[in-house]
Amino acid sequence: MLIPFFYMLRDGGMNTSITELLTLLEAMKRGVAGTSVDDFYYLSRAALVKDESQLDRFDRIFAAYFKGVEDSLGDLFQELPEDWLRKQAELMLSEEERARIEALGGFDELMKALRERLDEQDGRHEGGSKWIGTAGTSPFGAYGYNPEGVRIGQHGSRHRSAVKVWDRREYRNLDDSVELGTRNIKVALRRLRKFAREGAADQLDLEDTIDKTARNAGLLDIRMVPERHNAVKVLLCLDIGGSMDDHVRVCEELFSAASSEFKHLEYFYFHNFIYESLWKDNRRRHSERVPTLDITHKYGADYKLIFVGDATMSPYEIVYAGGSVEHWNEEPGAVWLRRLLNTYHKAIWLNPEPRDRWDFTPSIKLTREIMDDRMFPLTISGLDEGIKALH
Amino acid sequence: MTDTRFTGTTTYVATDDLMMAVNAAVTLERPILIKGEPGTGKTQLAVEVAGALGKPLFEWHIKSTTKAQQGLYEYDAVARLRDSQLGDDRVHDIANYIQKGKIWEAFASDEQPVLLIDEIDKADIEFPNDLLRELDRMEFYVYETQQLVAAKHRPIIVITSNNEKELPDAFLRRCFFHYIKFPDKDTMARIVDVHYPNLKKNLLSEALGAFYRLREVPGLKKKPSTSELLDWIKLLLAEDIPPEALRSDDKRKAIPPLYGALLKNEQDVHLFERLVFLDRGAGHQ
Repeated sequence: MLIPFFYMLRDGGMNTSITELLTLLEAMKRGVAGTSVDDFYYLSRAALVKDESQLDRFDRIFAAYFKGVEDSLGDLFQELPEDWLRKQAELMLSEEERARIEALGGFDELMKALRERLDEQDGRHEGGSKWIGTAGTSPFGAYGYNPEGVRIGQHGSRHRSAVKVWDRREYRNLDDSVELGTRNIKVALRRLRKFAREGAADQLDLEDTIDKTARNAGLLDIRMVPERHNAVKVLLCLDIGGSMDDHVRVCEELFSAASSEFKHLEYFYFHNFIYESLWKDNRRRHSERVPTLDITHKYGADYKLIFVGDATMSPYEIVYAGGSVEHWNEEPGAVWLRRLLNTYHKAIWLNPEPRDRWDFTPSIKLTREIMDDRMFPLTISGLDEGIKALH
Repeated sequence: MTDTRFTGTTTYVATDDLMMAVNAAVTLERPILIKGEPGTGKTQLAVEVAGALGKPLFEWHIKSTTKAQQGLYEYDAVARLRDSQLGDDRVHDIANYIQKGKIWEAFASDEQPVLLIDEIDKADIEFPNDLLRELDRMEFYVYETQQLVAAKHRPIIVITSNNEKELPDAFLRRCFFHYIKFPDKDTMARIVDVHYPNLKKNLLSEALGAFYRLREVPGLKKKPSTSELLDWIKLLLAEDIPPEALRSDDKRKAIPPLYGALLKNEQDVHLFERLVFLDRGAGHQ
C-alpha cells in the first residue's frame, strides 16, 4: 500500500530513500502508530522527512495521496445512527438557527431529507448546493454557509482531525529557506582550506619530540605545537543589482556557505564592473564606499580573490573611462580589474550565466581575457575547477 | 524491548507529533534528530525523556573543535610515554591510557541509557559522517587494545541541531526527525501552566497576547522564544505587574514592561522602541 505513496513522494521532489521507507514499515509492524490516520501521519513524517523545508511539500503530497482515505471516512457518515446525528445537530444549533429549521419544515423533516440524500449520493463531494460534503451551501455537510445546515464531521470527535492536521500547512513558510543546498557548496569550498598552526600549543609534535629526546640521550623531552587551523584568506567581490537579480538565490547560497566556511572572509559589492570604489552595505552604497586602492593596501597578497558576477553589460562599461552606468569613472573598469589582479595573483571569476552563452556576450569575452581565462560557471563543478585554479 | 511510552512530563509539554517521533525512535532504537528555533526545548527533551522513562542520561555537548573520536575514546599517548620514563608499572597495560568518551560510557551502561548529542551542527561538517557506523551498529573498535566495544543496550540517542550547518544525507537517513515548531497559543498556555501553575488567568492571557504581538514585529533579528517568555513571566510575577499594564490597546503604553527579558539584541530593542515611537506620533495626530 505504501509503495505508490513512496513513489508519489519521490515524484513530488522529495529525496526519500528506501531505507527510510523500510524504517517506516518496521515501525508500523512494531505497532508504533496504532490505527489512527493522525498517528500514521506523524510517524511517516518523522521517518520520511529529514528537513523542515520539506515538511510543507510532504504535507501536500500526503493530503493528495490520502484523499482516498478521507473518502472512506466519508462513508462512515452513512452509517451514523440517527440519534447521534440529532444530538450533534441540536448541540450545535443556536436558538435562531433552530427557528429557521422550523421554517424548513422542522428537524424531522430535515433529517428525512438528509437520509434521502445520503442514499442518493455515492461519492465525496465538495462545493455545490445540494450534495453533502464540505464547503458547500447545502443544508448538510461541513464548513458550509447555510444557516439551516447540519454540520457533519466538522466537529465530530473522530473525524475532525483526519485531514486537518496536514491540511493546515503550518510549515509553508519554511519551504525555500536560504540555507537550503549550501552543503555541496561548502564541501567544494573546503578544498580551499589551508592549514596553519596558530594559538595555544596543545598537540604533541611527534617528530620534534623524537629528535629532541634522541639529542637528550634518551631522556624524554616532549615538544608541543598548536593545533592546525584553516588559515586561508578570501576576498569576495559580488556583483549586485541589475542583471544579477536573476541569480540572487545562487549567490546567497554561495555567500552563506563561504561565510560559515572561512574565518578570514572579506566581501565587497560592485555593480556590473569594478571601478575605483566598492561598498560593503547595499543600503548605504552611495554614502559608504571603500576605495579599491585601500582594499589592495589593507588586504595582503595572500588573500585569494573571488569575483561573482555575470559580466553581462555593454563593453563600454569595461574599456572606456566614463563607461559606468552609475557614475563618471575617471579610469576604465579594465584598468581597475588589472590593478586588483596585479595585487592578488590567485583570483577567479565565477559566472552564474551558463558557459555556452559566454561566447555570445562580448563583455564576458573581454572579462575572460582580462582574467586570463580564469572564469568558471557558478555551479558545483565550476566551483570545483575554480578552487583548483586558486591553489 | 520496553513498552514504556513517552507522553510528556509534569514539567514538559510534548505535542502529539513530538511524542510519536520520540516513541518511534525508542521502539526502533534509532537516533532521533530534533531541530527547531532556539529556546523551544530541544536539549530539554532528552533530559525529560530520560526522566520520564527512568533511564540514565549521558550528555555530550558538541563544540566547534569536537572530533567524533572524542565521543568514543582518547588514547593518552603522552601520559604513557611519560610514565615509561618514570618506570611506572601502569605503563604495561595500554588500557590504563584509554579514556572513555560519552558514547562508550553510554554503550557500557547496564540499563538502556539516553544519550544526548547536543548541537551537532557546531562541529566540523564531516563530524556526523564519522559517526555513521557507531550510530548504526552501535559498536566500534578500539585499535590500541584490539577490543570491540558493542552497546549492552542500544541507547536512545537524541541529537539536536540549530541548523548552522546542513547535515549529510547518509546521516539523516538513519534518524527519525522532528522539527519543533513554535508553539501556538494553546500549547504555550499549557507550557506556562506547567511552569507557573498558579498564574492568574488574565495575567497569562495578557502576557501571551503581548508576547505574540512582539513576535510579530517585522524585522526582529531574534524573536523571543519560549524560554524567554518563561523568564519574562517570572519577572512579571516578581514585580507584581497588574495584567492591565500588558494590554497594548492604548498606544501610549505599547511597550510591555520589563521587555528586556524578551528582546536580547540591542538592535531589536532599538527597532522596537523606534516603532513604538512612530506609533505614538501617529496616535497624536
